[in-house]
Amino acid sequence: MTDAPTALIAEDEPLLAAALQAELARAWPELRVVASVGDGHSAVTQALQCLPDVLFLDIQMPGLSGLDAAVELADAWPTAPGSKPFPALVFVTAFDHYAVQAFEAQAVDYLLKPVQPARLQKTVSKVALTLAMQAQSATKEITPSAHLGPALQTTLDQLRALLAPIAPQPAMPRLSQIQVSVGGAIRMVPLQEVIYFEAADKYVRVLTVQHEYLIRTPLKELLPQLDADVFWRIHRGTVVNVRCIDTISRDEAGKLSLSLKGHADKLIVSRLYAGLFKAM
Amino acid sequence: MQHAPTLKRFLQAVAFNTVIAIGISAFGQYTLASNLVFSQCIGLSIWALIDVVQYKLIRQYDTQWRRLLWIVPTAVVLGYGLGSTLASAMLASHDSARWFDEPAKLLGFLFVSLAAGGVITYFFLSREQLAAARLSLAHTQAQAEAAQRQAAESQLTLLQSQLEPHMLFNTLANLRALIEQDPARAQAMLDHLVAYLRATLNASRTTLHPLHVEFDRLRDYLALMQVRMGARLRCALDLPPELADVPVPTLLLQPLVENAIQHGLEPKVEGGAITVQARLHGDTLTLEVLDTGVGLPPDLGSAGFGLTQVRERLATLYGAQGALELMSSSTGSTMVRATFPCSKIAP
Repeated sequence: MTDAPTALIAEDEPLLAAALQAELARAWPELRVVASVGDGHSAVTQALQCLPDVLFLDIQMPGLSGLDAAVELADAWPTAPGSKPFPALVFVTAFDHYAVQAFEAQAVDYLLKPVQPARLQKTVSKVALTLAMQAQSATKEITPSAHLGPALQTTLDQLRALLAPIAPQPAMPRLSQIQVSVGGAIRMVPLQEVIYFEAADKYVRVLTVQHEYLIRTPLKELLPQLDADVFWRIHRGTVVNVRCIDTISRDEAGKLSLSLKGHADKLIVSRLYAGLFKAM
Repeated sequence: MQHAPTLKRFLQAVAFNTVIAIGISAFGQYTLASNLVFSQCIGLSIWALIDVVQYKLIRQYDTQWRRLLWIVPTAVVLGYGLGSTLASAMLASHDSARWFDEPAKLLGFLFVSLAAGGVITYFFLSREQLAAARLSLAHTQAQAEAAQRQAAESQLTLLQSQLEPHMLFNTLANLRALIEQDPARAQAMLDHLVAYLRATLNASRTTLHPLHVEFDRLRDYLALMQVRMGARLRCALDLPPELADVPVPTLLLQPLVENAIQHGLEPKVEGGAITVQARLHGDTLTLEVLDTGVGLPPDLGSAGFGLTQVRERLATLYGAQGALELMSSSTGSTMVRATFPCSKIAP
């Protein structure tokens, strides 16, 4: 790598973003901060535009959390041969017991706010080492056949583990019906009739062959009550009934999409969950 | 009566009867053995009658104890007849016949039995009343302890919700940043933090303070949030001067303002405005917290805890005259309105 390493900072509190940039200037003088954004969605679009080497992502941000932004970016990151490896991720959080445990378990870099210089120095050394190793391996081996670079593959595995429920889940009773309100009445929709669930703003869309309903229960709460063998999460906001999947196809960019039995919609599979679909 | 074991009462009755028998023997009437048999037979018959009848007839001692006034004499007369007949049969003697011959003696023994029956019943009754009172006291104490524990737990939950670690550490991180960039602003922020922490930790949930003090505390919190959120947060506090000294429950509005920030404005990318205003309509004080945030979630989640707290406090202090309303417009703005009588506190 001949160019100076580049970084993007995503932090919604302006003073903290400026402070992190100042601390980074001391801890890693060569690092160039190419963008500083205040919300998760901007983090994704800016990162895709600037293609930085390191991302500092605040966990709690408006719009999209730091973790979800990372997943979205991992989904959209270019993977054509010769494209840049996926950036090193450093999550920043003020206080999140479970997240910190998960970061430790997955060897994901993180910083606690207020950021202490000594701790930042450690993180910087680690990230710099990763980048150096990446640069070395990139010159040595060229892997045109692989769809995803090793950096992206590692990150996807880590993110998938991070998104898995960390807190011990209370034993949830399985649902057999989805209760939806239609007009003034409640309709009982048998679960086997549901083709897929999709998060939509503050609601969750429930799609059957003939109908579409809206329910208020968030996907996150719904998921533990569904049979994991039948309902698969294939995207941050999509849970599909496997019995309704017809075919899985891959487009030229390597993206997986599902066509369904009994429904015209095509569903996009996140890279995070692409491992679910392999020929036997 | 049902509480004390029957065996215990039986043994106590036997003991009383023995004392009476010894007493009669001391006065030189008949032999101790025959006195014992008579005393036990008569005494136990009386005891059994009183015990069974009052078990059947008296359910509530507080209100029905007067029934003893006829139960005891009746049981004594009947028990005396029954017991003495039984004892005569057992001893195969003619003592009873002799007593019937001497009306004065018969009357004397009846009188002794009556007095003894009264005393013994009173003795049992007061002991058991005492035991029942102790039991109910212990029960009341346990209830009070449970209530206290519950209050302490809810106080802790409240404190945790107010001293939310995420808020605290983010605030400290901003403070750390300001110390380097702008020491004067850092000092001002620290002062707000100190005032906020002191108010939160000191707040007694039962007292009142003037409305202008309530607004000062909101100002502290909002100042902290404004440092953190920068241009994303705009606030307006509207307190008419004539309402400055109206007494209001301490930190009543705090959870509402924190909800507006945490659940309304912080999750909104472009941020928004929060308005807190006080109005007086007749005798009714109206306090409103309005935000232009993301609107109410379908499921209130942790926002619900703060609302419940405020609603409960209003209900405790003002009864039906206190109310908390939550309104959400289609544009995403949310309004919470607390109304309660201006000066009165429910008795």
